[in-house]
Amino acid sequence: MADVASLSTGAQALKRNATGPSGPKPRHVLSRRNIFLYGTLIVVALYYLLPLYVMIVTSLKGMPEIRLGNIFSPPVEITFEPWVKAWATACTGLNCDGLSRGFWNSVRITVPSVILSIAIASVNGYALANWRFKGADTFFIILIVGAFIPYQVMIYPIVIILREIGIYGTLTGLVIVHSIFGMPILTLLFRNYFTSMPEELFRAARVDGAGFWGIYLRIMLPMSLPIFVVAIILQVTGIWNDFLFGVVYTRPDTYPMTVQLNNIVNSVQGVKEYNVNMAATILTGLVPLIVYFVSGKLFVRGIAAGAVKG
Amino acid sequence: MAAEIANPSVSIQDLSLNFGAVSVLQTLNLDVANGEFIVLLGPSGCGKSTLLNCIAGLLDISEGRIFIKGKNVTWEEPKDRGIGMVFQSYALYPQMTVERNLSFGLRVAGVPKDEIAKRIARAAEILQIEPLLQRKPLALSGGQRQRVAIGRALVRDVDVFLFDEPLSNLDAKLRSELRVEIKLLHRRLQNTMIYVTHDQIEAMTLADRIAVMKGGVIQQLDAPQTIYNRPVNRFVAGFLGSPAMNFLDGRLEKDGGDWLFVVEDVRIPLATYAFEKEPAPGPAVFGIRPEHVAFNSGTGWPFTATANVEVVEPMGSDTLVWLKLGQQNFTVRVTSERTPKNGDAVSVGFDPMRASLFDAQTGNRL
Repeated sequence: MADVASLSTGAQALKRNATGPSGPKPRHVLSRRNIFLYGTLIVVALYYLLPLYVMIVTSLKGMPEIRLGNIFSPPVEITFEPWVKAWATACTGLNCDGLSRGFWNSVRITVPSVILSIAIASVNGYALANWRFKGADTFFIILIVGAFIPYQVMIYPIVIILREIGIYGTLTGLVIVHSIFGMPILTLLFRNYFTSMPEELFRAARVDGAGFWGIYLRIMLPMSLPIFVVAIILQVTGIWNDFLFGVVYTRPDTYPMTVQLNNIVNSVQGVKEYNVNMAATILTGLVPLIVYFVSGKLFVRGIAAGAVKG
Repeated sequence: MAAEIANPSVSIQDLSLNFGAVSVLQTLNLDVANGEFIVLLGPSGCGKSTLLNCIAGLLDISEGRIFIKGKNVTWEEPKDRGIGMVFQSYALYPQMTVERNLSFGLRVAGVPKDEIAKRIARAAEILQIEPLLQRKPLALSGGQRQRVAIGRALVRDVDVFLFDEPLSNLDAKLRSELRVEIKLLHRRLQNTMIYVTHDQIEAMTLADRIAVMKGGVIQQLDAPQTIYNRPVNRFVAGFLGSPAMNFLDGRLEKDGGDWLFVVEDVRIPLATYAFEKEPAPGPAVFGIRPEHVAFNSGTGWPFTATANVEVVEPMGSDTLVWLKLGQQNFTVRVTSERTPKNGDAVSVGFDPMRASLFDAQTGNRL
């Protein structure tokens, strides 16, 4: 007791005499570290935003203004005519109904491909993670190896297969191709996510009498929203932006938006309408852009959750 | 081993489990009587949880048969075995309320709604979780979650409860509270319960019989007191008891008609020790629990010795005193009022009747 008493009086004495640092450490807003950090961030942000700025500005100018050559200056007279033209009347090949045709083609390609590939891949991943069937590891390895085979190797064989089945050049064919090529990476994503879920949960559900589909639909699905969001983003942006498969496996009237954009921008007849090209490009990129903006936070969380375990 | 059980609730016959070349369980036999509380106790990796998962049907076995209520369930799905299971990590479905968690199994089985409501009401009343029914598991404390997990087994109205280290994730205070609750639950329900733990206190307090496991083999299956007082081998003796049993390495010798245990210059007469069978002279291990040693209490014991205190470990209710007997460490449990100081000369005494002798080679009880 005596020891404790003298200790506390000692502490009090120390407190009274204190003149040194106390409380939270002060932070200087204009420290060298902050200037360097934020300076770098601002420069990099500008670097990436500048092209977008030029595109938007150009797309709002008329052709006479563009010919003046001041690509950074804001438009003197704002006009939406290039946007309307890009969407509705720009000519590609024989059709002169703008990007709208390609847009609806892309929607008809993307929506079923995303749904189909994610539905199959999530069940694949769930089976591989939880139902350890015989040969599961071999199956998984084969699937992963599939992710490393270059597309170019498979393009022509798939053309033949689609032709033999009789769906070459149709949207159905392209949807199937997209679903197959999304399978390895999506399965990996879902398998890793389901592996990271507590195994006891799965066991409890089995004791409760739920079967393969019961556990998948009632236990696993409701718990895996983040990874589904990631998969949707990956697939929507990937399939929307695809050019190669689109140009190989479809015909002019079923071209996706990206292929049509290429045809508008690269058309060699007449005057190069930079404002229409810029508007068409932004229109095409709008869908992935919106997807990123809406789901950024969920995307990062899901990617982190799916990436932890290999 | 206990006598044959006439009508076992759970019967495991010649069960083996191999993962590839690794043998996890080896021709294991276990009969559990109706309404009995069996604890599977052992260090991690001894196969106790594996055995429980085999009984539940969550792991496919390599050999043998499992009977529950006289029915061969070896190839049955978990849901058809008449078992309910409680997991260490609670394993509650996070997206469902407590009520939905409890009713999940019943809904899967297509039980009528009013029957589900009745069973949930009963389970909630028994476990006192009525106010929690509309909450999600994330909004519950550890103890509450484990109650819900027990409730999920309860509503299934099964014959056999399986517990897989249900208290290991809880803090010490909650653990002792829930331990008592599980004991009361067993008394009220009179179900067969198989309980896996590595905590010897849980095993001692809860079990009708304890099965001590090591390396996929049941070492001893008996009432807690028997296992504590008459361990069949050195592993069981050392695994149960805290502080651990004292082990002295020495020799068995015969002096005239009486057996002696000799540790260096210390001679312990064994006249009161009950041998399993007539022993042979040779190296052996003498084990005695620290609480069976008398401290500074005269010379009225079959064996007494004096020694100097080396270290004193106060544990609150009592104190562990470390001595040297010959050259070997020896601990004595002393009530805290009588705690000696380091270096004090003290006398210790015990009756070898309470000790255990083990073969130095095989570790089996002599």
